[in-house]
Amino acid sequence: MKANDTVLDVIDLRAKDTVLDVIDLKKYYPIKSGVVQRVVGHVKAVDGVSFSIKRGQTFGLVGESGCGKTTIGRTILRLTEPTGGKAIIKGRDVFALSKRELRKMRPEMQIIFQDPYSSLDPRMPVGEIIGEAVKEHNIVPRAEYRDYILKVMHDCELRPYYIDRYPHEFSGGQRQCICIARALALNPDIIVADEPVSALDVSIQAQIINMMRDLQEKRQITYLFISHDLSVVEYISDVVGVMYLGNLVEKAPKTELFKNPQHPYTRALLSAVPVPNPDVKMNRVILQGDIPSPANPPKGCKFHTRCPHCMDICREQAPEYKDYGGEHFVACHLMDQK
Amino acid sequence: MQEKELTTKQRLRSIKKFNARKYRELKRLRRRRSVPVSEYTTQMADPNNLLEIDDLHTYFYTDIGTVKAIDGVTFQIPRGKTVGVVGESGCGKSVTSLSIMRILQEPQGQIASGAIRYNQLAQNRAIDLVKTPLKEMQKIRGGEISMIFQEPMTTLNPVFTIGKQLDEAIALHSKKMPKKEVAARSVEMLKLVGIANSEGVYKMYPHELSGGMRQRVVIAMALACNPNLIIADEPTTALDVTVQAQILDLLRSLKEKINASIMLITHDLGVVAEMADLVVVMYAGRIVEQGTVQDIFHRPMHPYTIGLMKSRPNFVESGDRLYSIPGNVPSPIDLPNYCFFRNRCSQCIAACDGAYPPLMAVSDTHKVACYLCENAQGKDGE
Amino acid sequence: MEEKNTVNTQHQAAIDELEKNQVILTPGQLVMRRFFRNKLAVIGVCILVFMILFCFIGPLFYPYSETELFYINEETGEQIRMYETEKLKTAILYTRAPMSAEHWLGTDDMGYDVLARLMYGGQISLMVGFVVVIVEMLIGVTLGGVAGYYGGKIDMIIMRLVEIFVSIPFIPLMLIISSLLISMKISPSVKIYYTMFIMGVIYWAGVARMIRGNILSLREMEYMQAAEAAGIRTSRKIFRHLVPNVMPLIIVMATMDLGGVILMESTMSYLGIGVSAPFASWGNMVSAVTNDAIMRNFLNIWVPPGLCILLTVLAFNFVGDGLRDAFDPRMKR
Repeated sequence: MKANDTVLDVIDLRAKDTVLDVIDLKKYYPIKSGVVQRVVGHVKAVDGVSFSIKRGQTFGLVGESGCGKTTIGRTILRLTEPTGGKAIIKGRDVFALSKRELRKMRPEMQIIFQDPYSSLDPRMPVGEIIGEAVKEHNIVPRAEYRDYILKVMHDCELRPYYIDRYPHEFSGGQRQCICIARALALNPDIIVADEPVSALDVSIQAQIINMMRDLQEKRQITYLFISHDLSVVEYISDVVGVMYLGNLVEKAPKTELFKNPQHPYTRALLSAVPVPNPDVKMNRVILQGDIPSPANPPKGCKFHTRCPHCMDICREQAPEYKDYGGEHFVACHLMDQK
Repeated sequence: MQEKELTTKQRLRSIKKFNARKYRELKRLRRRRSVPVSEYTTQMADPNNLLEIDDLHTYFYTDIGTVKAIDGVTFQIPRGKTVGVVGESGCGKSVTSLSIMRILQEPQGQIASGAIRYNQLAQNRAIDLVKTPLKEMQKIRGGEISMIFQEPMTTLNPVFTIGKQLDEAIALHSKKMPKKEVAARSVEMLKLVGIANSEGVYKMYPHELSGGMRQRVVIAMALACNPNLIIADEPTTALDVTVQAQILDLLRSLKEKINASIMLITHDLGVVAEMADLVVVMYAGRIVEQGTVQDIFHRPMHPYTIGLMKSRPNFVESGDRLYSIPGNVPSPIDLPNYCFFRNRCSQCIAACDGAYPPLMAVSDTHKVACYLCENAQGKDGE
Repeated sequence: MEEKNTVNTQHQAAIDELEKNQVILTPGQLVMRRFFRNKLAVIGVCILVFMILFCFIGPLFYPYSETELFYINEETGEQIRMYETEKLKTAILYTRAPMSAEHWLGTDDMGYDVLARLMYGGQISLMVGFVVVIVEMLIGVTLGGVAGYYGGKIDMIIMRLVEIFVSIPFIPLMLIISSLLISMKISPSVKIYYTMFIMGVIYWAGVARMIRGNILSLREMEYMQAAEAAGIRTSRKIFRHLVPNVMPLIIVMATMDLGGVILMESTMSYLGIGVSAPFASWGNMVSAVTNDAIMRNFLNIWVPPGLCILLTVLAFNFVGDGLRDAFDPRMKR
């Protein structure tokens, strides 16, 4: 019932300029045990998540480790097979495509990984890393190939003479630039950025973030920006979704979410970020305990074990995830009490 | 080409020879049986300080040359205060802590010169940790000075229970305590760090605990022997934000209870602003700016500190561009003889081509190593 | 501010100029550099080059062949060669001759020239090594690669097969096969090839296991995922990404195994189940020590082949170690 409602909501909202529509996405990992590897249960890494992103916008997905945000990114690109749901990119359901159709559609959706060290093949020169898929999909004619690669490299602040060098000669920040160039070379509509700056030093982070924003403006790229760093997400995103144990608990336009957080988890998350001002002593909401294991999530509202406002109903019944006005989606029983 | 090859070969050979000499010297130093106490006792410059690091140089003698990981660092840790050491990776902040503990990877890593004066309150004397023999150091490590590492999983031994490891840490430094008392103290320590089910956790193995709980256990171990100084090396970097908030809250409340000094090493300016009383900003093995938290966060002077702050999204308005420091950290081998930051600095002046700027006091507490601040003396706070 | 920016761009330009002129090293060149910086590995290479020259070029300059018997006239002490038929009537076999100008390392118990047999024996030993390693690598890399890349049921089947192969007791099996071959009256020169082939077939299992593990970890690398996300063809993914990255492991394993196989061949020949007379191999030359008198008094017969085995195996191990360190400098220390 709940699933159908969300589907309808999303479809209603869907405007012409929607690039990505994720509807009730589910990804379960089986838990196997015993000699015969019988399936004894499921880890519900992503359990019914829906959102959509408009062209040229950035959707920030935040949450703590193990909440399923990385799984969402990979499942949308079908790097792992989904358990259920739909991901519609340009009117086509990615999950319904055959292997062949999928391969053709690959250039439209790209990914940037967290670790710039393991995401570049150490035995390939930079030019080939960037251009490999360009050749594969015949994006530009053979004659223009080299110029095209150089142009992409220029856009990503890479010097032209890097083209014949190998990844081992570059620093983390430069490697991340190469990763972005590789994704960009395919002219994608959407880029999933999975913690693209978490592994980098602070001063390099700024460079990458600035570059991503410039490229977005220039090429109208849509980002799904996954991060645990709230300040970075606040800076780069237009809409932000907060995840907890495989579900979105709150989603709203950035300013709305950061100024007026509704879900107790969002509030705790926001107040947990250290403020770089020694004179401001924040009135902090400190959550007790840790995230429960996703293999054995609590009954009812998944957050009730740590929630400072836990009520009886929270232990029994999962709250509904719905719009409370101004595209501010929340899943919390407290909202109905107001 | 041939000629160039030859010179690099010769250079490598001379490096090798040089390193071998350094290793031999260290070996000779280590072989000495008994070092007279008088050799490593010194006088504190200020008795209110717990630790005084004075012109410390820590070098790594590697195959491709000498890496000056710390190149003349001077700062003090007063009693009962928290000193935050900030910098990017490779700036030497972790090496500073390893030097204090004397757990550098020998023989490559060595303290080349300088002094670390430690005020041994219990024995009413001051010693120089650089000259202290390792045997003596072992008594201090984990006892009077303890350390909290970034990765709690690798700090704890997976094959022993939490209780056993805690007991061991306590028993090591107070040998005569009966076993029952040790166990009781372990449980008490676990309670102190906010573990509700302390008796249960006492019997558990590290893998049964979550990251946050493990870090609490590590903190309990560090506190077990009533240390005077706690060195926390990126204690919350591996943790989630909400858990980080828990741990920082815990550290703050503990600080009041145990009356120890904390040296907090981190790259997160937010954490420093919340926790520290004094801040040291490091870049490429040197201190570029130091002062109280208010000095650093309200009146940052060094272009690097300012750049570091402006590059964080939570310092700027969301519409503005982030400031990105151009270029890269210089290679730690053969550092130039001018300001290391010159090539990345947006405010270079003629004087920057000269020698490396010394730390200049802009106020009583605030020191900056930058020629831009040469004339700023006394202007601070205006 | 404007002016300061130009200062910065000037710096940048200077850095650019410097970087542009930097010598670019491919990963392969880097590996070679690191390898040749390793003294032991270079010594290993020298020994191997010497051994190969000695075994394959040496016979061209040495007058005697491996199967030539030498005779001596007991009364006159005149040495007689096999083709001098009329003199042979009064001669006896010239066995256990001391080292001399004619026979640098003397002759052995049968009257063969030791140095000649050392060269030809070396040919056999090295050949066995190379052939066995090529066979085992072909089978092992293919099956291991398939198991690692496709996973699932195929992986399960191949891995069980591997487990069966590694539990076969090797020496008893070789004893059985050897006596089988003898009973089938297969000539010694053909028997060598059978032996090589069987060894290769039995040895692939270890290789397959290593390759599978390596492929499994490579498959999870993010650059493989990025290739998948970019829609790169499977064949290209395998040949442009996987193969070059497994290559180091294959090369290192092959080198290390060469030493092992040579050792195994020696053991077998020593036991009499490998290369058999009249053909020489280092292993069956050493087996002369079973005779007590030879062991005590005729060191020239069994020490040289023993030394050759030792040096060659050692050299292969040095080179293998050096290659591993060169491919992966983090493994060191």
